[in-house]
Amino acid sequence: MEELQLSFREIGIQHYLFLSAILFSIGVLGVLLRRNFIIIFMSIELMLNAVNVLLAAFSRFHGDQSGQVFVFFIMVVAAAEVAVGLGILVMIYRNIRSTDINALKNLKW
Amino acid sequence: MENFAWLIPALPLFGFLFSIFLGKKLPKNVVASVASLAVLLPFILTISIFIPFISAVDAEPIRILLGEWIHIGKLSVNYSFQLDQLSLMMMLVITGVGFLIHLYSAGYMHDDPGFSRFFSYLNLFIFFMLILVMGSNYIMLFIGWEGVGLCSYLLIGFWYKNPEYNKAANKAFIMNRIGDLGLLLGIFLLYLRFSTFEYNRISLEALELATGDPIIRNATILLFIGAIGKSAQLPLFTWLPDAMAGPTPVSALIHAATMVTAGIYLIIRSNVLFSLAPFTQEIIMIVGLCTALFAASIGLKQNDIKKVLAYSTVSQLGYMFFALGLGAYSAAYFHLFTHAFFKALLFLGSGSVIHAMGGEQDIRKMGGLKKALPITHATFLIGTVSIAGIPPLAGFFSKDQILASAFAHNPILWILGVAGALMTAFYMFRLYYLTFFGSFRGTHEQEHHLHESPITMTIPLIVLAVCSIFAGFVNIPEVLGGNHWLDRFFEPILAGSNLILEEFPHNHLSHTLEMILMTASVSAVLAVIAYAWIRYKKNGHLPANDGESISFIEKLLANKYYMDELYDTLISKPVLSASKEIFRFLEANFIDRIVNGVGQVVVLGSRTARFLQTGNVGFYIFAMVIGILVILAANIILN
Repeated sequence: MEELQLSFREIGIQHYLFLSAILFSIGVLGVLLRRNFIIIFMSIELMLNAVNVLLAAFSRFHGDQSGQVFVFFIMVVAAAEVAVGLGILVMIYRNIRSTDINALKNLKW
Repeated sequence: MENFAWLIPALPLFGFLFSIFLGKKLPKNVVASVASLAVLLPFILTISIFIPFISAVDAEPIRILLGEWIHIGKLSVNYSFQLDQLSLMMMLVITGVGFLIHLYSAGYMHDDPGFSRFFSYLNLFIFFMLILVMGSNYIMLFIGWEGVGLCSYLLIGFWYKNPEYNKAANKAFIMNRIGDLGLLLGIFLLYLRFSTFEYNRISLEALELATGDPIIRNATILLFIGAIGKSAQLPLFTWLPDAMAGPTPVSALIHAATMVTAGIYLIIRSNVLFSLAPFTQEIIMIVGLCTALFAASIGLKQNDIKKVLAYSTVSQLGYMFFALGLGAYSAAYFHLFTHAFFKALLFLGSGSVIHAMGGEQDIRKMGGLKKALPITHATFLIGTVSIAGIPPLAGFFSKDQILASAFAHNPILWILGVAGALMTAFYMFRLYYLTFFGSFRGTHEQEHHLHESPITMTIPLIVLAVCSIFAGFVNIPEVLGGNHWLDRFFEPILAGSNLILEEFPHNHLSHTLEMILMTASVSAVLAVIAYAWIRYKKNGHLPANDGESISFIEKLLANKYYMDELYDTLISKPVLSASKEIFRFLEANFIDRIVNGVGQVVVLGSRTARFLQTGNVGFYIFAMVIGILVILAANIILN
């Protein structure tokens, strides 16, 4: 247990930063490269949570609790957004019978 | 009574609003009565204010403040009236003659569909004319000045369905604008010098200036330009003959008796300033004399009954300016006063003739109307004799006073003045004989239709005829046993000028000399009348018809020296072609291209940009990410 706590202390802020950056990049690439809109949606959630990790880490680093409060807010909003977003996706699926984002091409000049 | 002075302009304004809003629904008699009463009551009010002024030797002007208008820093303009000898005399003429003409119009315009519109314009005109003469500062005068110009425009173009009449209305308005610009600049210049618009303060402060002050000289020249436009002097007179397109009562009221005399009023009102500017006075004298002769000579060969009277008006106005230029301000007013009566009478008489002839205005188609129109004939004769200057009618006294001061100035001026008077006598008697004597030259229908005008038209004729006989008695010269009542009455107005002019010795004529001059001019006039009698009554000479060949001078006169054509080639056409060129070159090549170019750039740009909108969501997201990256990168680089 002592060891574990020690090793936690050795984990500096930069580890969190790297983790967060990797998560965010995965999210961005997922959004850019995938065609299935459910996957894209999940990638967006990934980006949101990358930001949450970063906020929590900085909160701890600065000893300021307001960052963690912010994380809760983001989670609440994200939950609501997921509900709405999934609802929209279900409706789209019912209309076009497909989950391919490229099928949605009607809104153009 | 002074407390009710505001009613004097308010009543015609009320009459205007009444006729314009309710006139169409009400019977014609009601409209005409209300409109006439709206002028008669101010006339009575004016008399009641005027009476105390007659007995009081040095009556102070009554000043009435109705309200503040503009009050910024040092600039202050008020709605205020100044009632003194000059404005009261003007008001008497405006409301008195105005009322008679309203009465006359009730008969003359009876069958016109625009009956109530006509009366509303007439009332509006009376309102503005009263504002013009009652105001106590130049800004009030300017309001009235513009207002009467507007009414003149509306009434010249009263029969708006005829495009020629509309053109005449436009011409009058545009020519007046030239003069109005001068007036406005003159007023501004006076403000620059005196920091006030009030007459009494400007006159008082001007008295301390030296004669020939350059600012005063320029300001008076500019004011005179305003007067030239409004009072139809050379070179801006051509609108007045064309203004005869309006109904005849309008010609009598606006273009003979009142509005065109506004220029004379302006100069008498500013007499101190003009006395301080001998240079301007010279110009006024020359312009006045030239106009008097020029217009009178055109009048010799006109065949339209109203055109003859119009040129006669221009010529008589020229006499008034001639007198003003000589510094004989009260003589100028005196002539204005008598002219208002006999010229209104002549115009109304011609209106009665036109009415009887069913709209015919060409004297070559009249003749022998004496029997059919006895009252018109008698009153017209009185007006003709009066304007010709036969004693003891009004025109004689006023014209004689102008000629006497001309002689005191320079005998040559007197000779020229008499020459103008002779031409006046000739063309008036030519008109009179051709219209009322000889055989009838119109169609059978017209001959059958001939009738004396209704009583509402003949009463004003009779009243004006009486005035044309007796109006001259207000200013009988000493040599004929009078006491120059009007000159004395006007002394308070002209006190400042008299003070200035005293420095220059004025050679007064001896009574014998004055008597000789009078006899000479009257006998010359009588000789001319006799000539007209022989030529047109005894020998039955008729003016040439339109197609007939006539001598060069006759042609020149009949075509009014080609003044209109001259202005057309010198001013209208170059301006029009210049604007056409500017339109073709500047407008089409530059302005249009710039405007169209802006539009085309936007259209082309958006036509290209819309292809960005592919509808491909992946592409949108990609663009978004790239955008964010660019912003981030820029942020880092710039910081």
